[in-house]
Formats: sequence, C-alpha cells, structure tokens
Amino acid sequence: MPDASTSAKGDLKLVNLTKSFGEFKAVDDLTLTIPEGSFFALLGPSGCGKTTTLRMIAGLEDPTSGKISIGSTDITDKRPYQRPVNTVFQNYALFPHLTIFENIAFGLRRRGIKDVKAQVDKVLNLVELPHLADRKPTQLSGGQQQRIAVARAIVNRPALLLLDEPLGALDLKLRRQMQIELKWIQTEVGLTFVHVTHDQEEAMTMADTIAVMNEGRIEQMGTPAELYDNPKTAFVANFLGQSNLIQGSIVDSDGDYHVVDLHGQKVKVLKSRTHSKTSSVLYAIRPEKLRIDTDGHIRPGNVFKGGHIVDVSYIGVSTQYQVEMPWGQEIMVFEQNDDGIPPLDKGDEVTLTFEPAFAFALDGSQDATAGSEVNPEEE
Amino acid sequence: MAAVVRASGTATSELKKKSLVPYLLLAPGLLWLALFFVAPIITLVGTATKTPGAGIGEFIQTYRWANYWDALTGASAQFGRSFLYAFIATLLALAIAYPLAYGIAFKSGKYKNILLVLVVAPFFCSFILRTIAWKQILGQNGPVYRTLLDLHLISSTTHLTASVPAVIIGLAYNFLPFMTLPLYGSLERIDPRVLEASGDLYANAFTTFRKVTVPLSMPGVVAGTLLTFIPAAGDYVNAEILGNPSTKMIGNVINAQFLNTQDYPTAAALSFILMIAISIMVMIYVRKAGTEELV
Repeated sequence: MPDASTSAKGDLKLVNLTKSFGEFKAVDDLTLTIPEGSFFALLGPSGCGKTTTLRMIAGLEDPTSGKISIGSTDITDKRPYQRPVNTVFQNYALFPHLTIFENIAFGLRRRGIKDVKAQVDKVLNLVELPHLADRKPTQLSGGQQQRIAVARAIVNRPALLLLDEPLGALDLKLRRQMQIELKWIQTEVGLTFVHVTHDQEEAMTMADTIAVMNEGRIEQMGTPAELYDNPKTAFVANFLGQSNLIQGSIVDSDGDYHVVDLHGQKVKVLKSRTHSKTSSVLYAIRPEKLRIDTDGHIRPGNVFKGGHIVDVSYIGVSTQYQVEMPWGQEIMVFEQNDDGIPPLDKGDEVTLTFEPAFAFALDGSQDATAGSEVNPEEE
Repeated sequence: MAAVVRASGTATSELKKKSLVPYLLLAPGLLWLALFFVAPIITLVGTATKTPGAGIGEFIQTYRWANYWDALTGASAQFGRSFLYAFIATLLALAIAYPLAYGIAFKSGKYKNILLVLVVAPFFCSFILRTIAWKQILGQNGPVYRTLLDLHLISSTTHLTASVPAVIIGLAYNFLPFMTLPLYGSLERIDPRVLEASGDLYANAFTTFRKVTVPLSMPGVVAGTLLTFIPAAGDYVNAEILGNPSTKMIGNVINAQFLNTQDYPTAAALSFILMIAISIMVMIYVRKAGTEELV
C-alpha cells in the first residue's frame, strides 16, 4: 500500500478547478488556498458546488479541468486511496459488517501500520467512546456514529480531513454540542479540516475561514466576523444571517461617509463599507443593529422615520418586529429583551435609529433577495 | 403478545378478541403446513418401515427401522454423487452469477430492469424443455461441440452429452436465476458511500471488493447457494436427460423406486434421509457463514 499520509503536508491549493456535468458547471473556475492547520468551511446552499468541490479533493470525482495540490505534491490524478486525505461522510458511511474497532482500524490496516491497537484506542479515547469498541455501527446512536466516523478518519492523521455536512443528520441540540467538540478535536490533533455545510451557524461556530459559494463560484471569503459585518454581495448578506437591503443612491460625500438617499430619507454609510462601482446601491443594515425609538428622544446617527409595526414575534431572548416603511418595504428589527419594557404592539408608529458605522452598501444592480430564500436554517 | 394486550386492555371481552387475532391470522398457514407438510412427513416416515406383503405393491407396517440403513447403503454412491454434483454446480453457478449480479447492480445503468427480466426469462419456458435444449447445444451437431472440435480441444470420439460435465452444467444452468436474484438483492442494497469510504481509507478497488463488497453481499451468497444446492441435490431431470447410467443421482433412484420398482419403503426411506442430510448440511453452513451478524 502506498504510504500516502506522510508524503504530503502543507497548504491545499485548488487552481482553476472546474467540474461540468454536461452543460451544467457545478464548480466554475475555482481558485483557492487553504492554509495548513486551519479549519476551513465551504458554505452555500444545496447545488452551489461545495460538495462537488469536496469530492474532487477526496478523489471521488474527477475535475473537468484545473489542479489540486497539497504542499508541493500535485494530487489531481491520484486515486482516492493514494491521497493523504480522509473524509467524514454525510450519514457517516461506517462499515456495517465491522465492529467499531475494525472500522477505525480499516485505514491503518490497509497501510500496514504496526501498532493498530494503540492508535485505535487513542482516538477512541479522544472521542470519548472507548467502551464501544466491540459494538457494530447499527448499535450506536447518531451522535456516537458521527464521532466514530471522525475517529475513523483522523486516526490516519491525514494532511487534510474533509467533512461533508457531518452534522446534518443530528438534532439541533446534539449538533450544537458536536460543533464545539469538532472544533476542540481539530485544535487537539492540529489537522487541516475542510468542512462543507449549508448551515451558516455551523460554519461560523467552527471555521477560522469561510468561503461562501454560490453557483459554482466563491462569492466571498473571510473570517466569520468579516463575512457577517462586511458582506460584499447581497447573496452573502442574506445567506449569513439576515439583512435589510434598501434600494437607494449615493448623493453626497461627508468625510469618510457617503450620503445615501433612500426613498427621500438621507442616511450615511462608510466609504470603506461601500461595495458599489456606481451610485446605485443596496443600502444594508442588520436587524439587530436597529433600535426602536418610541419616547421621542431620537438618538444621534442614522434615522428611518415614519415606520409602523405590522408584526411582532416574541421569542424570549429577543423580540422580532416587522416595520413597514413609508415606501412600502418591511424592515426587520430584533430588539433584545433586556430592558424590562413590554414589547410594542402592531400598528405603533416608530422611528428606527442605528450607528452609521454598522451599515454597509452593496452594488445596487443585484437582486436584493439573493441568498435569502435558499437559507435552510429555520430556527 | 398476550402480556402486552393484558397490560393495555381493560374489558375482558375485548381482550379475548384481541388476543385471538394473531392465532386467527396464523391459522390458515398452520393448517396448510399440518395438512401438506407434517402429515406427509409422518406418512413418509411410516411408509419407510413397512415390508412387502403377499400381493404385488402391498406393504405391511412391521416397523423395520433397518430399512433406512439398507436404503442408505444401497444408494450410497448416488447420495455421494448427488451432493458432489450439486456442490460443483453451486460453485459454478456462484462463479457465473456473482459477476452477473455485480454488473447488474453497479454497472448496468438504465438497462438494469431489462437485464433483470432476462435473468428470469428462462422461467417462461418449461424446465424439461430447457434441459432438453442443452442436449442440442452440447450434442454432436451443436455449436459447442463444433467449436471445441475446431479448436482441437476434444477429439471426435469425445461425447459432451451423456456425461458428468453435462449434468453439472445442466444443474448450474437451471438454478442460475435462484443464485443471481438473491446476490443482486444484497449487492444492490450496499450503500455506495460505504464503498467510497473504503477507497477513501486507502483500499484500492480489489481490496474494497474483498473487504467490503464481498462481506456485505454474504446474505445473498448464503441465500443463493442454498437455493441452488438444495434443489440441485434432489434433482433427477438433469441426470436423466443429460447424463448416463453412471451419473444417476439420488433423485433418479427415488424416482425409479417409486414409479418403476414400486418399492415404496425404500423410496420413502431415501427421501427422508435426503431431507435430513440436506437439513444438517444447511444448518452447519448457515452457522459457519454467520450471516445473522450481518443484519
């Protein structure tokens, strides 16, 4: 057996990677470098090409064109079993005929490693399931199977660990717990993790760097905070969390700020957070950055006047309002329930205020709903 | 069942009605078994210990258990031959059916259903006719004989029909669908991601086949080999049509004893011994194969 696991180490590089299925380009000219030792997430809706990208890295799918390398080793034409890459499959794909011990030992045995027992025991301890060694996969719960799938992959100490929607089959509570656990395991073993998911919260919790994919391309790449605070496209703004996007145009300049006209109301946005080549913009503000003023003492900053509440949802930690603006658009506002004041009622007239620094502006020619209706996270 | 019902039910009448349902559902099946399986077996065991009476074809119950031993020693060669032929035919069928089932399950794409229909297509034609057809195929004027002769693999004095290989080929052919279908069933059920996982874990295609595909298809292998071996061991049509007097199998002996010699006790004893022998072999085989762990 080729001892692939030790021969290649280093950054994963994808260069002009393309995969076509007939006319359809699942992955379109993707170029990407994933630094060694990082926890990297490919985030996007189903059909965006993230899983195809992962399968090409694993060798389960042949690229139509482009190159994949780890460090200085080109692995584009290598068979899956020749690559220093292991995968945690969606639904785990544990071997049903083998015990948990033999499942984990599978990769080690194929490579003719000597101290199988010691290594398997070590990872079983790492995932805190040493007592399940003699069981069969079907005798385990979903969460346990998930951890065994991780153990079966990391025991080989691959240069790269691929996780294909690893938590998709778990319920919400277990998913939260496994997110923390996976992050801890990654820190513990120090391997490069490439994680594919459609769940923005999952990606943000675990990954150092997220690449948001849409229609075979990367929309934007950055740390979770960068992507959330300063999205560059409407798709990213809507797919990661929620955004209010309001059509407007830049009418003036004021120091570091642009002055934007939104249906007759003037607001400011930082020039450094404006991603539009023309004066037509989608002015954007996150729902939790908005404040509702009811007492007439309008705080300084940006102001939206003349709204009235059309819907109120009390969800414990916060209250979510739909506020209809004079120009007919509904704006979402999340208010923390931290002041003991009972929620406002439907029909109340309100003024919305926010810090200008929190706003951002996107290219006005985009579809303002891009990425919002595909977000599968309904919690 | 009764305990469960008792725990949940309250009214006694309703309770009685409920607990009767499973038995009522089982009744037709049990009755069928009693009438057409248990009763004939008892008759069979009883017939085997009878001895000839005064008239021809008349037998009196004398509980002569030695009949079993006499029958066994008298037909030991045919017993041995039956199991040997059935064993080789089963191996041959497995060797042909496994790649076939594998191809249909994994590589056939849109032709899958057509191929499956073709596997069972022979059933639309009579078993006897299909066996006689093999006589033509292997006969002196048939394509197989001609080809082998042209290739100088056989001489013109060789006979392909009326031979041991002809009987075994006939057996393997006739029971091939019984081997193919269960194999296909268990191969088709294998999750392709498990095979991908094997490749991902440093196993090449051959190792994946050996370590993952074959073990996961074991239920199909066991079912297929049983469905081939059991009827093949008791078969007499192939030996009759494609064999010669020295290829007689136990089925031929039983057939002859019942219908020609009309020695019912010996025929009954042989039938019963065959049944017991096959049951024991199947039990040992299933134990060894350990298929219960695969579920």
